[in-house]
Parts: sequence; structure tokens; C-alpha cells
Amino acid sequence: MTLSKSFWQRWVAKTLLHLAAAMPLALLGFRVVLHPESLGANPVATLIHELGLWALRLLLLTLALTPLRHLTHSAVWLLYRRMLGLWAAAYTLLHLLAYVGIDQRFDLPVLIEDVLKRPWITIGFAASLILLVLSITSTHAMMRRLGRRWQTLHSSVYAAALLGLWHFYWQVKKDIRAPLAYAIVFAVLMLIRVVRSRRFKAKFAPATVPGKTSARVL
Amino acid sequence: MTYRRSDEPKGSEITPESIWTDRRQVVRTLLAASTVSLAAPSVAAGSPTGRILEAKRNPAYVADEPLNSWDDITTYNNFYEFGTDKSDPARSAGTLRPSPWSVTVGGEAEVRGTFSLEDLLKPHALEERVYRFRCVEAWSMVIPWVGFPLAELIKRFKPTSKAKFVAFTTLRDPVQMPGQRSAVLDWPYVEGLRMDEAVHPLAFLAVGVYGRALPNQNGAPLRLVVPWKYGFKNVKSIVRIDFVEHAPTTTWAAANPREYGFFANVNPAVDHPRWSQKTERRIGSGVFAPRIATRPFNGYTEVASLYSGLDLSKWI
Repeated sequence: MTLSKSFWQRWVAKTLLHLAAAMPLALLGFRVVLHPESLGANPVATLIHELGLWALRLLLLTLALTPLRHLTHSAVWLLYRRMLGLWAAAYTLLHLLAYVGIDQRFDLPVLIEDVLKRPWITIGFAASLILLVLSITSTHAMMRRLGRRWQTLHSSVYAAALLGLWHFYWQVKKDIRAPLAYAIVFAVLMLIRVVRSRRFKAKFAPATVPGKTSARVL
Repeated sequence: MTYRRSDEPKGSEITPESIWTDRRQVVRTLLAASTVSLAAPSVAAGSPTGRILEAKRNPAYVADEPLNSWDDITTYNNFYEFGTDKSDPARSAGTLRPSPWSVTVGGEAEVRGTFSLEDLLKPHALEERVYRFRCVEAWSMVIPWVGFPLAELIKRFKPTSKAKFVAFTTLRDPVQMPGQRSAVLDWPYVEGLRMDEAVHPLAFLAVGVYGRALPNQNGAPLRLVVPWKYGFKNVKSIVRIDFVEHAPTTTWAAANPREYGFFANVNPAVDHPRWSQKTERRIGSGVFAPRIATRPFNGYTEVASLYSGLDLSKWI
């Protein structure tokens, strides 16, 4: 039996996406090892911030796939949702690890104090834990085992994104433009979901005839 | 950010003292042979640039720790007048014109008026002092400033008995300081010291760093350096000095009084509401270097007597 054309297309697309997602990490690693001066006067801070920013970018990209499905009427985007989500989680955990290992050198009392006493770190830590749990339960076996609860559990990705954005906003001293821009992207993505949701349509779209199938409003 | 060839010294490497001493020697040689044009031939990336200042090293304040590099000191700056990212000032402070410059001295003093920078500086012999610099963001540097004690300047203006505080104001000019077009802080930047703090021998007015005139991003042409306080007290590009009876409203304390106080003494025992102040990251120490312990008053414990009887956990 030969593999279909679409299989190969998907394979190529996934490989390219993996490479693209790994690129920022590879570049950061290259800079740390060979050109630490390119990270500026405070390379540790740059490293932690870059990893955190890429985590947020990839998480927002992951959350953009469902709205993209709505807008393009194509489900093809969903093929890449898990892999992008896993990459977002990977960057998040590396961001956490850089803070824990490189900045604080696994100094447990300091870390415990940070997580307990500083809400900015508490929420960032919570977001990391959520993404870790979602990563572990992202396999088909876990989907089968958790059944319906899987969907509920994985809805917490929105909570993780909110906490991550809040964490970003909270660590800024005064200039909130960057976190605000990320928050706006998140808000737009959420808005598209709400507008496209079945419940919203049922309530606010009178053109839809109840009981009849696929009467599209927009 | 600049990429350099890998065979060149890394910016993150600390300048060894021997090289730094050599550099002073080079400067001295240059000054001795004063016929040599000061428009020096192009120097390697990372070497100090700018007008050479003649300054004697003050032996009471020499480096007991490795100095930060010129690159570290001049590319990692909090100077919101030129943008909120620490790499912004080095890029965009070119619009500042530090010459001609004048400073207005006013308030409760017998001598008042507006002075050209040259007239203001003329009576003072410049000296070099190495001070630790501790930012409220929990990073630190070791910096060879050039300047003179603030007390000497204050003495000339004969403040009256009503002068209990000194207020310093940064230039306000959104053309020269494009960051002021955004209302991220309440411009102009104002900082202040209690009079006894201001006349403490450690309080310093800097006009240079590494034997050169201050680069714009470091607060050209005149800035305050109070090494026992967090960096934001060290107001840059000063155009006004006022002797006042009441504590001035200072910029960061007004922007967020819960997080930034008037005194802003370096204190590892009092955390910033959002992060610990117990340790600091020494800039230039490399990616895998540990953080170092922060000391009370940034190690300048000789100022402690200024605050006897003051609860420093309340008066942040």
C-alpha cells in the first residue's frame, strides 16, 4: 500500500514546523555558547526573557489554530495544534529551568520563597505546571484513558495563557506596551472563538433556523 | 547588539586590573604629549571613547573588585528619557546635546543663578572614584567615575538653614530626549537627597567614566552618584539643583510609592514587592556565574549613622 499524497504533505509541513519552532532555541543556544556578548551586558536576563517570550508566542500561535479553522473553514490547522502546544510548553519549561538553574542555581530556599511570596512568580510557576500536565496528557493513550475529562483538562490551556500574559505584565516596571500587545492578540483570538461558538450563534444569530443544519450566518 | 569576531575579547569578560592600569598609563602619556591630537586614531571596539578628562585617582575609592567593561557600562542603562529598554539609551541618546549646557541653582541658598557647565565645574578638581552601582532591579556593576564630591559644590552656594533637602532635575526636552514623548514617567525626572546625605563625602557628582566625558546614555554632562542607594537615585543630565525645605516629590517614588521610596537605600533585608533584594547579578560575570550577596548600604556602611533611629524597613 502506498502512502497518500496528503500524508507526505503533512509530513513535510510538520518537519518544517518543527524546524521553525526549534530555530529560536538553536539560535539562543548558539549565542550562549559562542557569542555570549551578543546577549548584552546581562546575558542571563536576556536568556530568560527570550525563552519566556517565545513560550508566549508559540502558545498564542497554538491558540490561533482553532480561530484559523473557523476563518478558513478548513480543519487542516488542527493537525499542528498538539505539536505547537508541546513546543510552547517546552519553551515555558526551559524558561523556568533557566531561572531555577542558571539564575538561582537551584537554591531551593530562595526558589520556594520566590514562588510563595511573589505573586508574579507564583502565577508564572502555575502556568508552567499547567502546561507540563497538558504535555504529559497529550498522548492518544491519555486521551482514551481520560475520555471526556480530557477535553475539560485541556481547556486549562486558556488559564495557562492568561497566567502567562499576567506574569509578563507583572514583571514590567513601567512600560506595559509589549505585554499589552500580547494580551490584545489573545483577546482577539478569544473573541473569534466566542463569536463562532454554537451557543453564541444560537443566541445572537436569528438567521439560523433552529433544527435545520448548517445555516451559516457569516 | 553587536556581533564580534570570536577571537576578540568578549564584552562579558571583565577588564583585568593590570590592563585597566595600563590604560590609565596610556591616557597619561597622551596627556603628557599634549601636542598629540586628541582626535585619537580609531580604537578597538569596546575601548573607552570620548573627550579625555584629567583626573586624579582617589586612593580611598579604588577597585577591590574587577571593574565592569566600558561596553557594559555604556550599553546597559536605565534612562527612560531615551526608551525603556536597557539597550535603548546607547542607541538613541545621540539626540542629546550635552554642550552647551547650563545648570540653574535655586531655592534656599545665598548664591543662586544659572551657570554654564564650565563655570559650574571650574573650581573643582576632578578625581576618579571606583564605586559599586546597585540597581533596584537586582543587578550591579563596578564603575570608575570621574567627578567631584557633591559637598564641595553645595558649599559654594551657601545653603541657608531652611535648606533641608536638595532636589535635582533632569533636562526636559522631548526633542533631545525622545522617550519623554511617552508619559511612562512624570517628566522631568526629579530626585532628591536629605541635606546630610547630600554633603556626605560619598555623594558624588560625575562628569565622566573611565577617564572620558560621560557618554550621553550615562547622563551627560552631569549626573549624581550616591553609591549606597539604588541606581534610580542617581539622576542624570542635571539642569536644576534646588535647595528646599521639604522633601521633593521624586519621580519613581511618585510613580509607585509602594515599590520605590525616597531614601532607596540598598537594603538586602527589605525585598522589593516583586523580587528579592538579597542577592544581585553582577553584570559582566558571565552566563554561568552565581549571583552575589547584596550588602546593606551596598557595602558603604559608613553612611549607616545618617539613619540612626530611622526604621529602614518602613522608610524604603
